[in-house]
Amino acid sequence: MKKILIVDDEPNIVMSLEYTFKKNNFEVFIARDGLEALDILKTNFPDVIILDVMMPMVDGYATLEQIRKDKNLEHTKVIFLSAKNKTSDIEKGMALGADAYLTKPFSIKKVVETVLELL
Amino acid sequence: MNSVVLLIILSIYLAILFYIAHWAEKNNNSKWTNNPYVYTLSLAVYCTAWTYYGSIGVAADSGLSFLPIYLGPIIIAPSWILILKKIIRISRVNKISSIADFISLRYGNSRFLGAIVTVICLTGIIPYISLQLKAIAETFHIVTKTPINSLIFDDTTTYVAVALALFASYYGTRYVDASEKRKGIVTAVAMESVLKLVFFVTIGVYVTFFVFDGFDDIYQKASLLENFKEKNTIGGLPQAINWFLLCVLSMFAIFLLPRQFQVSVIENNREKHINTAVWLFPLYLLLFNIFVYPIAWGGNILFDGQDVNSDMYSLLIPQFLNNKTLTVLVFLGGFSAAISMIIVSSIGLSTMITNNILIPYNLLGKLKSAETISSKTILNSRKLGIFSLIILSYFIYRYYGLDYNLVSIGMVAFVIISQLAPAFFGALFWRRGSRLGAIYSILIGFVICFFTLIIPYSIGITNSQSTFISNGFLNIELLKPFQLFGLDYLDPIPHALFWSLLFNSVTYFAVSVSFKGNYRERNYAEMFVDINKYITNHENAFIWKGTAYRNDIEKVLIRFLGEERTKRAMNIFNVKYNVDKDIELADARLIKFSENLLTGHIGTASARILISSVVKEEKISLPEVLKILEESKENIIINKKLTETSNELKVITAKLQDANQSLTIKDQQKDEFLDTVTHELRTPITAIRAASEILHDDDEIPDELKKQFLQNIISESDRLNRLIDKILDLEKFETGKQTIYPSQNNLVQTIEKSIEPLQQLIKNKHIIVHVESKSKVNAFYDEDRIVQVVTNLLSNAIKFCPEIDGLITIQIKEKNNFIHTFVQDNGKGINPDDFDVIFDKFYQSTNQNIKKPVGSGLGLAICKQILEYHKGKIWAEQTVKGACIVFTLPKKMVTENL
Repeated sequence: MKKILIVDDEPNIVMSLEYTFKKNNFEVFIARDGLEALDILKTNFPDVIILDVMMPMVDGYATLEQIRKDKNLEHTKVIFLSAKNKTSDIEKGMALGADAYLTKPFSIKKVVETVLELL
Repeated sequence: MNSVVLLIILSIYLAILFYIAHWAEKNNNSKWTNNPYVYTLSLAVYCTAWTYYGSIGVAADSGLSFLPIYLGPIIIAPSWILILKKIIRISRVNKISSIADFISLRYGNSRFLGAIVTVICLTGIIPYISLQLKAIAETFHIVTKTPINSLIFDDTTTYVAVALALFASYYGTRYVDASEKRKGIVTAVAMESVLKLVFFVTIGVYVTFFVFDGFDDIYQKASLLENFKEKNTIGGLPQAINWFLLCVLSMFAIFLLPRQFQVSVIENNREKHINTAVWLFPLYLLLFNIFVYPIAWGGNILFDGQDVNSDMYSLLIPQFLNNKTLTVLVFLGGFSAAISMIIVSSIGLSTMITNNILIPYNLLGKLKSAETISSKTILNSRKLGIFSLIILSYFIYRYYGLDYNLVSIGMVAFVIISQLAPAFFGALFWRRGSRLGAIYSILIGFVICFFTLIIPYSIGITNSQSTFISNGFLNIELLKPFQLFGLDYLDPIPHALFWSLLFNSVTYFAVSVSFKGNYRERNYAEMFVDINKYITNHENAFIWKGTAYRNDIEKVLIRFLGEERTKRAMNIFNVKYNVDKDIELADARLIKFSENLLTGHIGTASARILISSVVKEEKISLPEVLKILEESKENIIINKKLTETSNELKVITAKLQDANQSLTIKDQQKDEFLDTVTHELRTPITAIRAASEILHDDDEIPDELKKQFLQNIISESDRLNRLIDKILDLEKFETGKQTIYPSQNNLVQTIEKSIEPLQQLIKNKHIIVHVESKSKVNAFYDEDRIVQVVTNLLSNAIKFCPEIDGLITIQIKEKNNFIHTFVQDNGKGINPDDFDVIFDKFYQSTNQNIKKPVGSGLGLAICKQILEYHKGKIWAEQTVKGACIVFTLPKKMVTENL
């Protein structure tokens, strides 16, 4: 079973994603911000991470930087999922080493497709 | 006291002075030598032995008439801010080194005028110096109780005079450039001014409070003496006129005496030192004069009926009462007063003699030939000048005896020096004053002085064999020296002053108006009178036409300044006027610049003679000069305006940059705000979209979950709606389209109303909310709006309360016409730097480690708007722990603008 980590501070958004990926046979982990996410990543090595950018404490960009330093997460795919949709935001995200950048509001189908494509 | 002991004391005292002078010369930039107090104290060189001993004599013999000599300077001192400043500026710019230079330069570099001024000064001051030496000698003999030895080389005071002469000639001529500052001498003089005042006040206190029992006691005992009343009445109008003239006399003296010119103008380091002198110098004079009267009358009481020189009371009283220490101190004070006058005067005079007589009249050798005169010759001549002036004065004292009391000789000197007044003050304020006017006025004034003062004083006022005084010159009634033209109610000194100044001023005016001066005079008149305009680039104001080569001029400069200084000066000139160094021809500015450089060394007249010897000057007509002056004046004004404009432009540019920067910041903030709002708007839409998509596509979804998704859609829609409301709300407030409906309400109830809907949140977080207030507090507001404010503040407080033991305190206090409400939590608090900006609508704390702002960043901005609509205020306050927001509401209706 593939593992997915969803990082977002909006519980209602997380709920939809959680339901969908569970239905697609993923083991789902949830974090409310970057700090929680990094905590989970110490012991769990998911195949894919869905990462919001604007979050309390540690934002998505900083979280990704940390993730990319971790040898254990070498093969983990990271997808940004953010309301920040300016070209410069997207470029910054990709430059930090994201595998995809999706903007909010999103189509759930498209998110699932992207995840499956990357795996 | 043994004269050897006194000599030793004197030597120690002189050695200390030498040391101070030496030290100050080395540390000439230290704050101890370069400050307004040293400057002011050096001005007190005005108080000589005449003040120290003579005033007491006058007070003892004729009551208060010693006072006008100090009243004049006290009255005129405030004008220093204008007049003295002007004199200092003119002198600094033109490198003037004496009053003779000053007058001679203004009247077209006149060699003759410089010489006359010098002679006048010598005539007045040499006997004055003799007098100081006499005071030293006599007091020396009083203290040692020795007779004056008729053999000059057996008299110890002779050696004191020689020592003084050596000291003065060594320290007075450290620089060839006489306009350089002599910090050593000035500091020593200032030191002496302190000592003479301290010692004088000491003897004053001693006589008043120890010998007698206070001022009253002296007055009571003195009033029993015969003549007391007679000596202490001021007398009618004639006496008042006498007083007035004496005040005028001393006002002139404080500007014109060579020693005053030396310390107040030449040795002035900073113009602003005048500001201190203006009040401190009069204060010094007042302090000095407090005890004159008590000492004088104390002496009259103690020595009633004895034949005692009243000038010497201050020494005789302590000696009579056998107080040796005090006697010596008083002697040292008088010695200080005398030597500072001697030293400063002799330096000033010797500079004048060298620069205004010896050099320009080729008495030191041909000025224009290269070999004869050099800096060394000049220095030696000045040294010799100082030395021989002092020694000459000493001989005058020894051979002529000078039987007059201290005051009368001093007064004669004052009157003689006053003859410079019309030419001097005319130089400052009147453009038309001319060289001929100045020359004739000084000469005529001097002749009258000669007739009314010098002749009678030389033959002796009380000489019964001569009929000159009693019957008049050639027995003509109208030519009596003390009652000239029948003017019989003035004392000799005011009488002489009156007639000499009258003739002097009338001549100056009449001749100046009748005979126009040449263009050079007119040129300098302009520069002197309008010095403030020319202060920075005064070389521009100098008019000169002709051909001159820089090479020739430089050669002359090198002769007096040396190779290195000339080179440096030329570089300065090139930079200042942006002149190419390879240009061969010299212009007017360079001529003036070079004359200035030489002036300090050899005086103005000689500088002019020297420079003209190497250049070919063409005559310019007076109208031409006036035209050029007018033009250059305009140029200067235009330049000034340009500078002003460019300064204004600089200020405006800076303002624009500021504005631009703040706009950029505003723009950034606006971007951030939009980002935030977009994010805030997209977030609920995202949630709604995701939930809807699932509900739409997924038929197998369990009922419970389906319900949850639908609930999410509802709450997110509400959230979206609230946000839109907030944005619109703020927009309405900001554009002034909002209206509020205030009425009288109970604030406590309103707060309870606001807490109610938040109860669930508060419970969930286990927060205690504490309201401190009376049960009813009335205020005037729109209740719905204030509920909005309180709700917002409470929501923030709840958000920031810690997870455990959260506490929110609400306090309501009445202050004046306003109700203050404090909302405080115990969370992490607000950074004081952010106290103001949190109420900005685009605010996102720069200092929080939360990247995402809590809330939209609009809540506090809206609160602020609402309170401003109520004429209330809102702000954040410093607390020990947690954040505290305070808002105020008016108690009653505020009539305006609601």
